[in-house]
Amino acid sequence: MAQTEIIPDSSPKAPQAGPGPSLGGVLARALRGNVRQYGMLVALALIVLLFQIWTDGILLQPLNITNLIQQNGYILILAIGMMIVIIAGHIDLSVGSLAAFVGAAAAVMMVKHHLPWPVAVLGALVIGALAGAWQGFWIAYLGIPSFIVTLAGMLLFRGGTQILLQGQSVAPFPKGFQSISSGFLPEVGPHTNYHNLTVLLGLAVLAVAILQEVRGRRQTAAYGLEVLPLGLFLTKLAVITAAVVAFTMLLASYHGVPIVLLILGALLVGFGYLMRNSIIGRHTYAIGGNEAAAKLSGVKSKRVVFLAFTNMGVLAALAGLVFAARLNAGTPQAGINFELEAIAAAFIGGASASGGVGTVMGAIIGGLVLGVLNNGMSLVGVGTDYQQVIKGLVLLAAVGFDVYNKRRAGS
Amino acid sequence: MAGPVLEMRSISKEFPGVKALSEVNLTVAAGEVHAICGENGAGKSTLMKVLSGVYPHGSYEGKILFEGEPCRFRDIRASEQRGIVIIHQELALVPYLSIAENVFLGNEHASRGIISWHRTLTHAAELLRQVGLDESPHTRIADLGVGKQQLVEIAKALAKKVKLLILDEPTAALNDEDSRKLLDLILELKAQGISCIIISHKLNEIARVADSVTILRDGQTIETIAIGSEGISEDRIIRGMVGRDLEHRYPERTPEIGEVAFEVEDWTVRHPIDQQRTVVDGASLSVRRGEIVGIAGLMGAGRTELAMSVFGRSYGRWAAGRVRLHGREIRTRTVPEAIGHGIAYVTEDRKQLGLNLIDDISRNISLSALGKVARNGRVNRHEEAKVAESFRHTMNIKAPTVFTRTGTLSGGNQQKVVLSKWIFAEPEVLILDEPTRGIDIGAKAEIYTVIAELAAQGKAVLVISSELPELLGLCDRIYTMAEGRITGEVARADATQESLMRLMTMSAASSNEQV
Repeated sequence: MAQTEIIPDSSPKAPQAGPGPSLGGVLARALRGNVRQYGMLVALALIVLLFQIWTDGILLQPLNITNLIQQNGYILILAIGMMIVIIAGHIDLSVGSLAAFVGAAAAVMMVKHHLPWPVAVLGALVIGALAGAWQGFWIAYLGIPSFIVTLAGMLLFRGGTQILLQGQSVAPFPKGFQSISSGFLPEVGPHTNYHNLTVLLGLAVLAVAILQEVRGRRQTAAYGLEVLPLGLFLTKLAVITAAVVAFTMLLASYHGVPIVLLILGALLVGFGYLMRNSIIGRHTYAIGGNEAAAKLSGVKSKRVVFLAFTNMGVLAALAGLVFAARLNAGTPQAGINFELEAIAAAFIGGASASGGVGTVMGAIIGGLVLGVLNNGMSLVGVGTDYQQVIKGLVLLAAVGFDVYNKRRAGS
Repeated sequence: MAGPVLEMRSISKEFPGVKALSEVNLTVAAGEVHAICGENGAGKSTLMKVLSGVYPHGSYEGKILFEGEPCRFRDIRASEQRGIVIIHQELALVPYLSIAENVFLGNEHASRGIISWHRTLTHAAELLRQVGLDESPHTRIADLGVGKQQLVEIAKALAKKVKLLILDEPTAALNDEDSRKLLDLILELKAQGISCIIISHKLNEIARVADSVTILRDGQTIETIAIGSEGISEDRIIRGMVGRDLEHRYPERTPEIGEVAFEVEDWTVRHPIDQQRTVVDGASLSVRRGEIVGIAGLMGAGRTELAMSVFGRSYGRWAAGRVRLHGREIRTRTVPEAIGHGIAYVTEDRKQLGLNLIDDISRNISLSALGKVARNGRVNRHEEAKVAESFRHTMNIKAPTVFTRTGTLSGGNQQKVVLSKWIFAEPEVLILDEPTRGIDIGAKAEIYTVIAELAAQGKAVLVISSELPELLGLCDRIYTMAEGRITGEVARADATQESLMRLMTMSAASSNEQV
């Protein structure tokens, strides 16, 4: 067949403009590996934009942003742990009850036994770890399906909460404890129109982020691996800078960085690093991807699963503390449906029902999608009945899109 | 005798990259027991799947005539309606339903969707009498032994008004007593006019029940032999089964064989669920440094079970045996222990047991020795990618980058990734289970070269393979296994395909003592 094509005067093999692969190719390759996560990031941006317009700009006002963080902090904390459990190929239905139980235990320790709040916090985290280890033992070492064990845990800890509190709310808490949820970084330095520490912290985060990017790029290049073309890399840096600066200024123009955000930031960085770079993180992915193959490769899968659930227990305890601090009470009704929100966040954020896939950042993005939807719909006056319907559809659409995408990719 | 009940003419079936059947002919006379023989991968199962409609009409070439009429089965149901029923080696019964429920599963005695228990139970009892199974129709399948389950399968086939019964390795999981009963039943059914195709490795059984035998090799019909009243010699069948051409190129090597590196002594393993069954029975073997040793055996001989059990007791229940490395006894109770002692096992089933298919090449390669690219528990992903990149070059893994998901690779390239993983772990002893199964000839030759290099580096290599030419081309010494036992040890110079096959089909009929 005769093909008409425009052949340039020079050699037909003339390189394309600029060195290296084409921009589109690089972008496509970078995106292909993480369609779900980038997809959800774009979706999150669109949802934010939509509600920003819809609420006449209320959504992104400093006060509302702060509210959003404080309202969703505990779900995001749970989502991080849940993501790890799901990556390992399991599920945890007990986290809402466990959060309530731990909140109640902390309340009893502080209010009834007058323990200093830091002691109560420490005690609560230990209780969470023990509860997680208890469930992890049944799941990892006795081979009982996690669905069953944590369903039992859901009842167990809910009942335990009611026993501890004897059906009553226990309140109030010391100021220090309350500030876990409602506190901010302290005001220091000269009076400006912005919160000084927040601005400094924002700058520090920006500096570290850029440093990391540059170092990572240099290392990748040093190992002779392909890196983003310089132009694209600079664009990426510019986007990061813009995002960090905008977010910092938003927070700094109100009360500054909430304590919850600090906790979340630390968890995101810590667990993100753990799952990406540590041996145990890698083993978690391997178990979720193909447990039999992982075992035959020498992965101690029982121990990894046990630790994933123990960790989930600690994070559920932390979430329970944050929630109790926010309510300023330990109540028997705390944490109802938290597990479902956390599971939904993990799946929206890119987890796979069969395990082996997902990132900590994804859990946060998924949690934020849900959080912004909640917040935005409340602002425009959508009733909670319709809110639930819409959230259900979003979950289904997110996972359905991913399954469709994978099938099309022929995997 | 009447004309043929079944004629399969010029059946060809292709899978991507492999021609599984090529112009196969099979004729089964009405009322006869017809045996099909062939090595693993000769195409026996594929042929039966074509016949029973597992591979529907249109997905193969050729013609099937059943009782003189052409057949175009869309699925198993269609073939069963014509009276062709296949009983697979892995029985397809629902363990927590009763015998009666299983017998009529999908074929219920019912009107308008409501089951008539009366008819179900009386009919089931009648069928059980017919197959000689003395159990209540209410008994749960889970409470029956494998032998009785096999009889339930046959009762189920009878319920479907079977005219041609196909049995795939029916006695592979049975003890001698149950095997004898089953073979008697087959002869009895034959007397009732039911034709039967039996796939079997056990030549003495074939000689006992079959009227004729068709031998397949490499997807082709080699011959059909009528077994007269005087019987048939096993050698005659063996001669037909082997004799694959030695066309593959094997690397030239001058083995430098050192001292004994790896020994297994009296290794005995029981079945993970059915503890009465001994899967590996007192197996002993040894491999020297720089030596490539083969294990030959047919399906169910216990080769994989032996290897996996030695490798961290990954299969079944260990009952007895010792492992020695350089003369010193070592513990290999868990996989990490085995790896720690420098043992590597490259699994037969790379998709289920070898790879994390949703992860990329680099992470698969590093998995069993992550510590080598990590410091203080932190994986250096750059180092990891560099290692993977070097394997991609040396092993010639065809993939755009080391960040390609292994699930998208071809079988040969997947196998190279698994091999890379274990070479990266730097073992002293490598156990390779069917290292070239299902991969193309080019990749096979590359893998042979890698295996030869590993031996040249002084590693002890144990190769399990179903392809005799492969073992003869690659190994310095070959063990044969049958029914869980090591039945022979042959130096390459003395080995022929016939001599190996004779050892591989040697059944220890006298030794079924309960332990």
